Amino acid sequence: MEWNIFSQETRDVIIKATGLTKRYGDFVAVDGVDFEVYRGECVGFLGPNGAGKTTTVRMMYCFLPPTSGNLSIAGFSVQADDREIKCVVGVAPQEDNLDVDFSVVENLVVYARYFGISKVDALKRADEQLAFFQLQEKRDMSVEALSTDMKRRLIFARALLNNPQVLLLDEPTTGLDPQVRHLVWDAIRQLKKLQVTIILTTHYMDEAEILCDRIIIVDHGKIIEDGKPKELIKRYIGETVLELDYNEALIPIIKETFSDARVEVVGELMQVFTPKPYGVFESFLHEHRIQNFTIRKANLEDVFLKLTGRGLREVD
Amino acid sequence: MTEVNIRKSPAKFSIPKLSSNVWKVWQRNADVFRKTIGVNFLPSMLEPVLYLFAFGFGLGGFIPEINGVSYINFIAPALVAISLMHGSFLDCTYGSFVRMYYQKTFDAIVATPISLEEVVAGELLWGATRGVINSSLVLVVIAISGLFTAQPLITAPYFLLIPLIAFFGGLMFSAIAMCFTAIAPNIDFFNYPMFLLITPMLFLSGTFFPLSSLPQTAQAIALTVLPLTHIVNLTRSTLTGSTETLLSLNTQTLIPLGIIWIIIIAAIFFLLSINLMKKRLIH
Ligand SMILES: Nc1ncnc2c1ncn2[C@@H]1O[C@H](COP(=O)(O)OP(=O)(O)OP(=O)(O)O)[C@@H](O)[C@H]1O
Ligand SMILES: [Mg+2]
Repeated sequence: MEWNIFSQETRDVIIKATGLTKRYGDFVAVDGVDFEVYRGECVGFLGPNGAGKTTTVRMMYCFLPPTSGNLSIAGFSVQADDREIKCVVGVAPQEDNLDVDFSVVENLVVYARYFGISKVDALKRADEQLAFFQLQEKRDMSVEALSTDMKRRLIFARALLNNPQVLLLDEPTTGLDPQVRHLVWDAIRQLKKLQVTIILTTHYMDEAEILCDRIIIVDHGKIIEDGKPKELIKRYIGETVLELDYNEALIPIIKETFSDARVEVVGELMQVFTPKPYGVFESFLHEHRIQNFTIRKANLEDVFLKLTGRGLREVD
Repeated sequence: MTEVNIRKSPAKFSIPKLSSNVWKVWQRNADVFRKTIGVNFLPSMLEPVLYLFAFGFGLGGFIPEINGVSYINFIAPALVAISLMHGSFLDCTYGSFVRMYYQKTFDAIVATPISLEEVVAGELLWGATRGVINSSLVLVVIAISGLFTAQPLITAPYFLLIPLIAFFGGLMFSAIAMCFTAIAPNIDFFNYPMFLLITPMLFLSGTFFPLSSLPQTAQAIALTVLPLTHIVNLTRSTLTGSTETLLSLNTQTLIPLGIIWIIIIAAIFFLLSINLMKKRLIH
């Protein structure tokens, strides 16, 4: 505990939000949130559609002015020092805003020029990024000729041109196939090694669990949980999950056998959550001759569904 | 915790803070223009050439002299003025709207150290540049055509001032155009300024017939609210040495009047367009 306090204080706060609020007319998209992000940390913002993730990210790169509250990035206030902030922040927005009037490499070079990077440096960096994101063959193609995943990769590459201290990635892997997703993960891991602070929004819980040092779960514009993935899983779900076909008769038996377990019914499926390791279910399954089951480790998706509810949300 | 002032309404009217970043936006548009020069160039050239041939060489043969010059000599300076108006106005309406609304170019740029104010200012400077490019080309066409007319079409040495006139005139038309772009709900909206402002100006600003042949009230209205009138006065006097006499004002009065009028209107609409754009895009 003492060690924890010590380490928190010596760490360098690079993003700090206090009472941060964003209203669109009467609608409150971000509702008085407080959070801190430390230098070199990778923080995942998770939340259902419309939770306010993109709105929060947009305030971080001064695209949207907060309605009230404070937000500072690298010691600069978004309300007053937008130019300083935008120099040190890299942004991969959720929507595609590549410049369709230019080819792939021109997109990078022109974007680098907006940062005041010289043409020679810009070309060098552009070609490095194209190589890393495996886009060299598309170098001179029009961006309109790119597939969705190539566009996502190019948007990511573009966000790195100014060697950002803070990288904002709004759903960088949505719609990507597994190969490309791994390429993007690889990029994120390399950037973490370089101590780049990363804000990542995603709907993929496995991705957040693997990549993020810390998770902030938002819903209806409010932060509902903030913590390390492992700790959240342990706190809310436990260790192991048993999934089996719905059978009402089994429920009291399970509750009796596993006093510290929690049972949840989802449609035709029953889930049993326990803080105990794998083996705990063995004799029970054997005794009741249950054939159709899965035992797995508890994961972030379990936490997410527990905290945000299972009902379907509005989809944009 | 230090107290930070929140701009209560971010879109409050203000004087824009501009830096050399404006030129980076200008360069972006210039790069695109260079890439697409074939499709950009010919259509904007074709129109003045057609006017010159149809009205100047064709119709002009049936028309007596106007103010002591043949019809083609009368309309040639107006074609320079029209081309700069079209170049600037079209770029900052349709062109800017497409970049802002469909291509999300502005959104991408404002994520870099360039502000929205600078983006809009860069667009306006580029619009003005389109005016310079278009009018310079028309000037060349006119100079060459002049070899085949009874009198050369350019008779005064001041024609070298055309790019300067085109820049400030173009800036004025760009800024007016950008105000429409800032309030346009969709791209079809531009039919209104095109039909209600640009087309009437095309004919009622001393372009294809002398404004002095209209009643004094009409001349006064043209000088007060039709920006093209002043541009035509400037191009006509730089190409031929004198303007028409309007409301019994001669060249010596109309030229300084025109310059002041253009600078004031350009400045007002420059500030207004940037503020309207901020109002539209920053919520
Ligand atoms: N410009 C706007 N005007 C009005 N409402 C808006 C605007 N932008 C976003 N909203 C609303 O604000 C809420 C939060 O939107 P936001 O885009 O931040 O959500 P999100 O968490 O990023 O969702 P998603 O996972 O779908 O990307 C949504 O209900 C959305 O409809
Ligand atoms: Mg979003």
